[in-house]
Amino acid sequence: MIVLEHVNKVYDNGFHALKDINLEFKEGEITVLIGPSGCGKSTTMKLINALNTPSSGKVLIDGKNISGLNPVELRRNIGYVIQSVGLFPHMNISKNVGVVPRLKKWDKGKTDQTVNELLDMVGLDHTVYGTRYPSELSGGQQQRVGVARALAADPDIILMDEPFSALDPISREQLQDELIRLQQDLHKTIIFVTHDMDEAIKIADTIILMKDGEVVQTGKPDTILRHPANDFVRNFIGSKRLENENENIYEIPLVDEVMITNPVTSFPSRGLAEAIKMMEMKRVDSLLIVDRNKQLQGAVSIYRVLDQYGEEGKTVADVMHPVRYSVASGSTLPQAIEIMDSHQLSNLPVIDSNNRFLGLITRGSVVKHLAEVYPTMVPPLLNGEDE
Amino acid sequence: MNAFWSFITERYPDILKALQEHLVLSFSAVILGTIIAVPIGILLVYSRVGWINSIVFFIANLFQTIPSLALLAILIPLLGIGMKPAILALLLYSLMPILRNTYDGFHSVDEGVLNSARGMGYSTAQTILRIQLPLSLPYIMSGIRITTVYIISWATLASLIGAGGLGQLIVSGLGVNKPEMIFIGGIGAILLALVADGLLGLLEGWLSRRYHQTRDAAI
Repeated sequence: MIVLEHVNKVYDNGFHALKDINLEFKEGEITVLIGPSGCGKSTTMKLINALNTPSSGKVLIDGKNISGLNPVELRRNIGYVIQSVGLFPHMNISKNVGVVPRLKKWDKGKTDQTVNELLDMVGLDHTVYGTRYPSELSGGQQQRVGVARALAADPDIILMDEPFSALDPISREQLQDELIRLQQDLHKTIIFVTHDMDEAIKIADTIILMKDGEVVQTGKPDTILRHPANDFVRNFIGSKRLENENENIYEIPLVDEVMITNPVTSFPSRGLAEAIKMMEMKRVDSLLIVDRNKQLQGAVSIYRVLDQYGEEGKTVADVMHPVRYSVASGSTLPQAIEIMDSHQLSNLPVIDSNNRFLGLITRGSVVKHLAEVYPTMVPPLLNGEDE
Repeated sequence: MNAFWSFITERYPDILKALQEHLVLSFSAVILGTIIAVPIGILLVYSRVGWINSIVFFIANLFQTIPSLALLAILIPLLGIGMKPAILALLLYSLMPILRNTYDGFHSVDEGVLNSARGMGYSTAQTILRIQLPLSLPYIMSGIRITTVYIISWATLASLIGAGGLGQLIVSGLGVNKPEMIFIGGIGAILLALVADGLLGLLEGWLSRRYHQTRDAAI
């Protein structure tokens, strides 16, 4: 177990980076440190392998104050993964993974065996990748090697500093899944720094949320989501969620995307016979009446027209009924469906801010839109190699 | 042309001796220069005092600007004449390019590589020897190569303070008005420089491939 007691960090220029930090990192758990940039999450993590030393306070690993330990020795017993991966370009993949065992002077046979096992474990066949060089691997593969390297000397503690942030979304997902899978077998004490709330929720056993060098809230992901301690936490969860929403394929469609843009319309001056002809041709049972300025005047149904058909000289303007419901451009589809549902409408015109007619939402158009969107709503399959 | 060939056939032991002296002069200067400049370069990379770096680079630059003839002449009252002062003078010239390239080579090593080395428990000495030095070898080698070519050409002047070498042929040739002697000395120095440049170039290329896998071999 790792314990931070009253840790403060003040830099020479007077910047108070960490303010009285008291934390506990439980053994065999993934603890995620999260917060906006500059909140001190990385600084906090680096206290544990003495890349950073506290100005005051104690860092205890299994009850031992690490200030009494040789930092180089300490680091060899703690795995370390960073965002830029930092593989050594002049060593092949096997050599890279075997770095810490060699520093610890393991014998060659044991080192080689461990390296091969680890490469296979992170999904890189050691017979294929062992002799390659880092520049020959994709970003995702490099970070797999980075993870294998951190595990090489079988440390109890692994520090991960935004390890997946620089990867493309697919590789990132894969590596997160992989980490969760590995952790089920390995039960390491993992301290994971990120600024991505989705990542934190996905992998964390415990989340520590930080801001301006202070711990704002600590708890299980579910607890933090359900009971955010204050507005900052709420915003941090919320804003992050919204940000992701924008690039999300599940976003709520707008009426503009769903509407039919060329519904059957008619000018108000048309005669009734013409109207019937038109409805016949286009196989519809009603017409929207739109004037030359694209203003929506009303609608006529085929029953109304047939009813008045005997009176020659009448135009559709005389028999049309006003359109009572419409929806503004930019509204969401659920809003439109709500209106259609509560007023038993078979269709709903979309108009812009100048009252001009833009298109028509019909039940058919909604179904058609869903049919187009549905295939992409199935999460992409995640079994391909990230090359 | 006849005089040229007959000179070579008659005097080839002298020519070989001059060539040998020239090689000894140039390479001892470069090797000693490397032994001095590389560690100083590394110290400068790790020095936290900015002005020390400025001063060292200033002094190394200064050596480059002293005219070689003047430098050789200055060394006579201090060290007398012969090989020793000549090697010292050439060594002073070799410092700057090697120093600069060592310094730049170390700075070219990716920050992420250094961070991960430190975080995994490399001591400073291990980082230097196993990470930074191998990765900057191509740079250092290129500094050595540039220096070698210069030094071989400047070493012809060393004969003026009695250090011998191919310069001796040129100086003697001037004295006895024998153009073929001057030619042999000059061409010999040029060929030597070209051969050294070629061989060191090959070595540099090999080191780049061996230690700096930056070429995009990815699929």
